[in-house]
Amino acid sequence: MTPTIRIQREDFDLAAEIATLSGGRRDIGAVVSFTGLCRDEGGTLAALELEHYPGMAEAEIARVAEEAAARWPLLGLLAIHRFGRVAPGEQIVLVIATSAHRRAAFEAADFMMDYLKTRAPFWKREHLADGTTGGWVEAKGEDDDAARRWE
Amino acid sequence: MTQASDTMAPAAQTRTVRLVYFAWVRERVGRAEEQVELPAEVATVLDLVRWLKARDEGYAAAFADETLVRAAINQTHVKPGTSLDGAREIAFFPPMTGG
Repeated sequence: MTPTIRIQREDFDLAAEIATLSGGRRDIGAVVSFTGLCRDEGGTLAALELEHYPGMAEAEIARVAEEAAARWPLLGLLAIHRFGRVAPGEQIVLVIATSAHRRAAFEAADFMMDYLKTRAPFWKREHLADGTTGGWVEAKGEDDDAARRWE
Repeated sequence: MTQASDTMAPAAQTRTVRLVYFAWVRERVGRAEEQVELPAEVATVLDLVRWLKARDEGYAAAFADETLVRAAINQTHVKPGTSLDGAREIAFFPPMTGG
């Protein structure tokens, strides 16, 4: 099982990615996906600008994916993270895990998101609805706490 | 993380490394990347942070909180005490906010 990692400016298609992972196979019993969207923060946010560290973003998510593959009996694993400008309602990140049984797929997708948020080199900056550029989004302690659950 | 054992390089020699900066660290430093010659006494990530802070107020502002800024060597996360041996590219950036 080789994880698929993509860092891209373009949007992605959940149904197409699931079809690619599960198409032509008869051994998969569970497909779990997580899609992260851009919120408008009560109407105040016009867009998020996502900066990333090219090269390391792919490498770090691949390292997280390898850890997930070592911990759970996965049949497929995919992570897509977008960069650039993303408007409220648009998709930012996708994780899909497939396995014979649901528990492994649920846990692996959860683990991937927790680790991706705290380890993948991406930074969000806010563009506000009033036309001004807001600040950089601050990292949340609760994300570090969530990642520590897996230690 | 694995550290490259660079037995070929004499211990007391300047090394040229590429520094890259992201998000508000990049903005405060005032550039996205640069090549620097590291003096021999700069041995760890924290040594480098302190050496950079002494250069000008932009670096001083970026690294005001030495424990906040994160670092990567050759595109792998490292800690402040990590040795710079084998480093070709050293990155500094805020805590990550992807996902």
